[in-house]
Amino acid sequence: MELELKGITKRFGSLLANHQIDLTVAPGQVHALLGENGAGKSTLMNVLYGLLQPDEGEILINGQAVSFASPRDAIAAGIGMVHQHFMLVPVFTVAENVTLGIEETGLAERDGAPSYLRFLAGALKLAGVLDRRRTRRDVRELSRRYGLDIDPDVMVENLPVGIQQRVEIVKALVRNAKVLILDEPTAVLTPAETEDLFRIIRQLKDGGTSIVFISHKLREVQAIADTITVLRRGAVAGDKPPTATEDELAAMMVGRNVQLRVSKTEAKPGPAVLDVDGLTVADETGRVWVNEMSFQVRAGEILGVAGVQGNGQTELCEALMGLRPTIAGTVSLNGRDLTRATPAQRLRAGVSYVPEDRQEDGLIGAFSVADNMVLDQYKQPPFASGIRLNLDAIAANAATRVKEFDVRTTSAQTPVGTLSGGNQQKVILARELGHEHKVLIASQPTRGLDVGSIEFVHRRIVEQRDRGVAVLIVSAELDEIYALADRIAVMYEGRITGFRPPTVPAEELGRLMAGGTEEAPGPGPEAATTEAAPEAGIPGASQ
Amino acid sequence: MTITERVPTVLDSAAELVSPFRRWLAPASFLLLGLIDIFVLGTFSHSGDATFAFSGALDTVTVPNLTLAAAVTCYVCGGITIALAAAWAFLPFGLVVRRVTIAVVVFLFIVSLLCWADAGLSTSFSIVNLLQGTLAGSIPIMLGALTGVICSRSGVINIAIEGQLLFGAFTAAIVASGTGSLWLGLLSGALAGSLVAALLAVFAIGYRVDQVVLGVVINTLILGLTGYLYDGVMIPYQNTLNSPATFSAIKIPLLGDIPIIGPVFFDSTIFLYLTYLALAGVQVGMFSTRWGLRTRAIGEHPVAADTVGIRVTSMRYRNVIAAGVIAGVGGAYFTIGSVGSFGKGMSSGEGYIALAAMIFGRYAPFGAVAAALLFGFSTQLQSILSTLNTPIQSNLLLMTPYIVTIIVLAGLVGKVRGPRAEGIPYVKG
Repeated sequence: MELELKGITKRFGSLLANHQIDLTVAPGQVHALLGENGAGKSTLMNVLYGLLQPDEGEILINGQAVSFASPRDAIAAGIGMVHQHFMLVPVFTVAENVTLGIEETGLAERDGAPSYLRFLAGALKLAGVLDRRRTRRDVRELSRRYGLDIDPDVMVENLPVGIQQRVEIVKALVRNAKVLILDEPTAVLTPAETEDLFRIIRQLKDGGTSIVFISHKLREVQAIADTITVLRRGAVAGDKPPTATEDELAAMMVGRNVQLRVSKTEAKPGPAVLDVDGLTVADETGRVWVNEMSFQVRAGEILGVAGVQGNGQTELCEALMGLRPTIAGTVSLNGRDLTRATPAQRLRAGVSYVPEDRQEDGLIGAFSVADNMVLDQYKQPPFASGIRLNLDAIAANAATRVKEFDVRTTSAQTPVGTLSGGNQQKVILARELGHEHKVLIASQPTRGLDVGSIEFVHRRIVEQRDRGVAVLIVSAELDEIYALADRIAVMYEGRITGFRPPTVPAEELGRLMAGGTEEAPGPGPEAATTEAAPEAGIPGASQ
Repeated sequence: MTITERVPTVLDSAAELVSPFRRWLAPASFLLLGLIDIFVLGTFSHSGDATFAFSGALDTVTVPNLTLAAAVTCYVCGGITIALAAAWAFLPFGLVVRRVTIAVVVFLFIVSLLCWADAGLSTSFSIVNLLQGTLAGSIPIMLGALTGVICSRSGVINIAIEGQLLFGAFTAAIVASGTGSLWLGLLSGALAGSLVAALLAVFAIGYRVDQVVLGVVINTLILGLTGYLYDGVMIPYQNTLNSPATFSAIKIPLLGDIPIIGPVFFDSTIFLYLTYLALAGVQVGMFSTRWGLRTRAIGEHPVAADTVGIRVTSMRYRNVIAAGVIAGVGGAYFTIGSVGSFGKGMSSGEGYIALAAMIFGRYAPFGAVAAALLFGFSTQLQSILSTLNTPIQSNLLLMTPYIVTIIVLAGLVGKVRGPRAEGIPYVKG
């Protein structure tokens, strides 16, 4: 089946998410869609899958124009999609998830069944009673054919993300997908899981299925694609064969040359400032996210915590800030026990915190830039005297900081929620670095930022280190870890699987990120580990 | 610094992480109950025996009465309860053992309570009456809870069960009385329940009004509306519009003759049989059919359901409105199943109890019905005990079943996780 998109244009208000995009996917090919976050890849695919209607342009299948009012139409036309955030019901089994929407009912027909059995089958079908046996059999068969290794009876929430992704693929295959869209499929995978996915993609391709592979990771795209289409700012920047060099692709993606390295001198670590010993953190359901973790961060060094997202990094940071109770272990700062301290006590003790989710946890969107800059100090002089806020001092503080941190805003009274991601992050940094601190904890500090902001944030973090602050960076981007860390700790399932110097090869880190149990070194160079894409933003353009 | 040398122990069960309060809550409350068994109920029993009757005078097969020495029984029950409390505290009990233990402790407490109440009285205490009353009295709560299960599983919080019961009761009474047909009354009661549900659906699903606020508003609306109509229409025409007949009991042949079980389960009005039917229907429907799978999907992850072509909004409308029929029948029980006339606010909060039963029952049909029966039992016990000549204020002691319920459920059920999308209106795109 040949799929063609012609002149697709999609607007969200004044934002042009897709502009006159042409794309042809040949049968049995892996067609990569490469672009930064916000380049319009997901929007385009949501148009193709019937989740969004294009403002202009048309979709052709085998030369015939089609229109998809809903995913139902797209599925019927043979298009399947594996979303970046899986569309699986966590409390359903694999079989239930696969069958949802196209349920088999009644009893599977068997040759020579006695008539009363056939009558029973008919009655059950009429009542809509599920035929679980048939669904299970279908899942097992597809699983065997493509080497997916899926048990139909396991609850999806108990499966690792790599397997959940396979369930999504089976969902599409059961619906006879001829074109399979994979939206950022490797974002949540370990290098080994990525390797498995690539094997499956090749098998599907050999079976005649076309794959649209969406990614912002150059090496993966080079490794798997037959054709590469690069998107930039909502428009096609060009097509390239997979033999194109990384530099060529990167330049096309970003539109200018990229420099991700931060210049920094050798660290001169002092005594340990932050000491974490045997820390164990669980959530309300009793699931353990951080399991007897022990590490120290010394003054004047950056400890980078690497790992695939969802291995307890978020919980670790929240526990260190007192936002989540700890089950066991201690946290101390310069020998002072902070294990039971409230977040306010920790801030006063000299911990600065840049949270992972800046809109949710870092800022109050409706408050002004100036107010957000004193969220942690509004009670103290000079910003307050008694019960009265000193508005002049708050405004003066904002004026200085906006200049110092190069926050691009029309005024300090602008609601912070209206700023771009990079400028929001600068506001947080301005606040957190503005009070006296000995430790800086920064979680995913540059997620979703444009190249310029990334550089700015990185420079500030290194500057803190040079001033003697103990810095803890948590990041899922290995490039960021390499650029910043003086020492790397790899986190896997709530534990540290190893400490390494920043000179360690990416394959070794990949092995540790997958639990470190495999003897064989990590998978080939196409692995997710060496991804080099900066992230520029038209925030909100990608779904 | 190196990786910590200890082999990390994976905490295999959540039990180890439970806070000390949680850990000691169950054994402590068992101990308290055991002490009450012995020192309150045992010590203050009238000397003499308690007699329990298990069959009525007219039963074809009869079971002999059971006579127990009241004080001694209380002491024995209390002793066993305290032993169980100690075992719970110091032995590693599995899930099944825990549940059985809780059931046993509650049972022993009730036995002690009944011994204390009946000790030294000449009349025997009819266990069959107690259970029969429990089942019949729980009908509106059971049906309301089943309605709640369907709505919640579809992703809509139905606080308006109370209103559905009340409007069902009102409509059934006025129609049955006016037309003289009980069946028409039942049917219109059911429709009344789904009419209230339609109101809920339009505002909750269509206009995305906050569902908790909306539910309470609907309940208040129905309370006011039925009250107004009662004063305006029913009082002046009491004989024609508010004196419906009531359904009489139907005894199921054979099954109804089994001692104890027969009179309790198989000798009742059509309402109890409809409840069985609703329970079986919701259970099978929810977990074995296409409808159930889709319903659970739109309540858990509507976006996922949408991407596989399920029409989330229209399915929620259909489910909420259809489920209203069940609560409507439950409401009709008040008037044409039991009392025989409508009274202002006669559902008296049972819709809210149904809601609690649904949550305690973990959004499962059987769990919800079991929880509903527990509440019904407490109510029935109170009404029977108040007719016996008990030594102290029965109201006081009868708070204990509720307290037990809360403690036991806090200790046993723990945190109930409802459908993830419950109460969140679905917005496409």
